[in-house]
Amino acid sequence: MKNDKVNTVGNDEQYEVPLPNENGYFGDYGGRFVAETLMQPLLDLEAAYKKYMSDDEFLTELDNDLTHYVGRPSPLYFAKRWSQEIGGANIFLKREDLNHTGAHKVNNTVGQALLAKRMGKPRVIAETGAGQHGVATATIAARLGLECCVYMGEDDIKRQSTNVFRMKLLGAEVIPVTSGSRTLKDALNEALRDWVTNVDTTFYIIGTVAGPHPYPVIVRDFQSIIGRETRSQCLEQIGSLPNALVACVGGGSNAIGLFHPFINDTDVAMVGVEAGGEGVASGRHSAPLSAGVPGVLHGNRTYLMQDECGQIESTHSISAGLDYPGVGPEHSWLKDIGRAQYETVNDNEALQAFDRLTTLEGIIPALETSHALAYAEKLATVMGQGKIIVVNLSGRGDKDIQTIATLNSITL
Amino acid sequence: MNRINICFEKLDSDGNKGLIAFVTAGDPSLDATPEIMHALVAGGADIIELGVPFSDPMADGEVIQRASERALSHGTSLNDVLDCVLKFRQKDLDTPVVLMGYCNPFQQMGLDPLASRCKEVGADGVLVVDLPPEEAAPFKSSFEPLGIAQIFLVAPNSPVERIRKICEYASGFVYFVAVKGVTGDKQFDGHEIRENIERTKSIAGIPVGLGFGIRDPRAAGDAAAISDGVVVGSAIVEIIEKGKTVSEISENVTHFVQELRIGINGSV
Repeated sequence: MKNDKVNTVGNDEQYEVPLPNENGYFGDYGGRFVAETLMQPLLDLEAAYKKYMSDDEFLTELDNDLTHYVGRPSPLYFAKRWSQEIGGANIFLKREDLNHTGAHKVNNTVGQALLAKRMGKPRVIAETGAGQHGVATATIAARLGLECCVYMGEDDIKRQSTNVFRMKLLGAEVIPVTSGSRTLKDALNEALRDWVTNVDTTFYIIGTVAGPHPYPVIVRDFQSIIGRETRSQCLEQIGSLPNALVACVGGGSNAIGLFHPFINDTDVAMVGVEAGGEGVASGRHSAPLSAGVPGVLHGNRTYLMQDECGQIESTHSISAGLDYPGVGPEHSWLKDIGRAQYETVNDNEALQAFDRLTTLEGIIPALETSHALAYAEKLATVMGQGKIIVVNLSGRGDKDIQTIATLNSITL
Repeated sequence: MNRINICFEKLDSDGNKGLIAFVTAGDPSLDATPEIMHALVAGGADIIELGVPFSDPMADGEVIQRASERALSHGTSLNDVLDCVLKFRQKDLDTPVVLMGYCNPFQQMGLDPLASRCKEVGADGVLVVDLPPEEAAPFKSSFEPLGIAQIFLVAPNSPVERIRKICEYASGFVYFVAVKGVTGDKQFDGHEIRENIERTKSIAGIPVGLGFGIRDPRAAGDAAAISDGVVVGSAIVEIIEKGKTVSEISENVTHFVQELRIGINGSV
C-alpha cells in the first residue's frame, strides 16, 4: 500500500457502486426534501461533483492534500495487548485519529473545500457536534483562504470548549445555536438556514453522510478512502480480509467510510454502533436505527427518533458527536437489507472501553469512538481467537478530557 | 370546486389581489387559533395559511420558530390543527384554509388518512415546505382524487425548467418565494424578482402568490402589484407573540390586516 498512489474516489475498480439512484435514493431512504430555494444549488453541486470526480487535475490535487496535508494513508495497527486482555479475536485499529486535526472528518472537508473553491464560493459553513468537523472545516478554510462560519449547539459549545477555541484560533466564526435541543440537530437546522440565505456565495460543507442528495454520496465517497486503505492493508499485513468491521454511528460518516469498500465482501460482517446513552429502554439515547422509525429530517428520508406525531425527539449521549436523532440514509438501507447490523453501547460501557484502550495501548480515543471499542470487546469474545476485527479509531480523545475530568470530579 | 379557486376567481372578477395570512396553529393556544383565524378574515384576509408546528422548521426564521415552539410546548399535533379547521368552519364556510408545514408530521399521519381528514374538516390545500416536485408523487396520489390543492414553492433561483416542473404539479396557486432566505428575514426587492415572477405567471396557468419578506402595508402593495396574492406571516405572528389576551390579539390582528388590505387595494 505504501508504494501505491493514494486511492481517491472515482477511480476505484475494486467494487461497484449501484446506489443511490438518480434521485438520491438508497432503497426507500435518502432523497431531497428541501425548500425549493435549495433545489437548484443541490443540482448544481451534483453536476460539479460529477464533473470534478472525473477531472484528473482535481483528483491529483485531492491525492496530494490527503497524502501531504492530512498524512494518509493512516496506519492499520494491531492492538495486541488490548486484544490479549480481552482474550478473543485479534483487534486492529484503523488509526484515523492520526490524521491532521485528529479525526476522520478531515478526509471529507479537504474534498468538499476543493469543490467549493472550484465552484467559486468564497465562504464555507458547517455544522458541528463534537467540534471535530468544525475544526476540520476551519482548518481547510484557513489553508485555502475561505471565510468560515461554524454552527454549534450551545450545549456542545460547553462540553467541547477546546475545539471551540481551536476553531477560533483558525479564524472561523463559531455561532452558538440556542434553538431546540441546542445540539447537533439544531446546528444543522441553523446551517441550512444560513445556506438558503447566502446560497450565492456559500458552500455548505456537511460533515456526515446525511442531508439532501448528493451530500450522502459526496461524504461517503470522500470517506471511503478509510475502507479502501483498510482493505489493502489487511491483505498486505494479515494476508486476508477481516471477519468483522466495527465503527460508531452518529450520522454515520466514519462507519460508511470503513464499510463501503467491503459491501460486496459478504463474508466481512459490518457492525455500526449507536449511542445507547443511559440505555435504550430508558428512552435517553441516540439510537435511531435501533429504536427509531423512518421519517424525513434534514433533507432525507431515514430512520429517526420521533414521537407518534412526527416531532423529532431529543437525544442523549455522553458524546456530542453521536448526539443526533437521525442517521445517514445509506445506513438505513444497509440495516433493512441486512448487510450491516446496528447495535448500541451505553455511556458507561463506552467510558470503560475508553479507559482500557488508554491504559493498555497508550491511545486516548474519542468518546464517540469508544462506543465502537466497547462493542468490539464484546464481539471479540464471541468470535474467539483466530478471528480478525477492524475497528475504525475515528478520532482521538484530547477533546474529551474535560468531560472525563468532570465525571471523575477532577478540576483541570 | 375548491374554495381556493373560487376565491381567486372572485378576486379576479373584482379586479383585486388576494391577501393570504399565515398563523401557526396552537399559538398561543389551540382554543385561540379559530378565533384568530376569524379575526384575520374580519380584517380582510382572503385565504388563511395555517402553520402546522414542527420541531425542526428549517425554512423558518426566529419568529415562526418561536411560534412553533410555543405550540409544541402544549403538545399541538396535526390532528389538533385539523380540529382547529373544523371549529373555524362552524362559522366560516367560505374562506379557504391551507395547511402549511413540513413533511414529517404529514407523513407520520399517513397521506391517505390526512387527505380524508382535510376533506372532512374543510381544509382546502396543503403546502409542504420541504417537498419539491421530485418527492411529491405520493402526496399527489392521495390529495388529487379528493380535490385537495397542493401548493408548491417557486424560488428566485428556480430556472425555467424547474418552474415548468413545479407548475405541472401545482394546484390552487403557486407560491413564489420573494427572497432567498428564511421567513421573516430579509425585505423583498420587487426589482430583483420581477423577471422570474413574470415568467412564473406566464407558465403557471393558476394564480401566483408572493411571500417571504413582506411585513408592512407598503411592501404588501408592492408585492400585489406584481402578483395575484400576497402572503404575510412573520409580521402577524409577531403581533400574536406580543399580545397578552386572545381578545387583544384578535383586535390587533384585525387592525393590522386591515392596513395590509389598504396597502394592497392601493396598488390595484
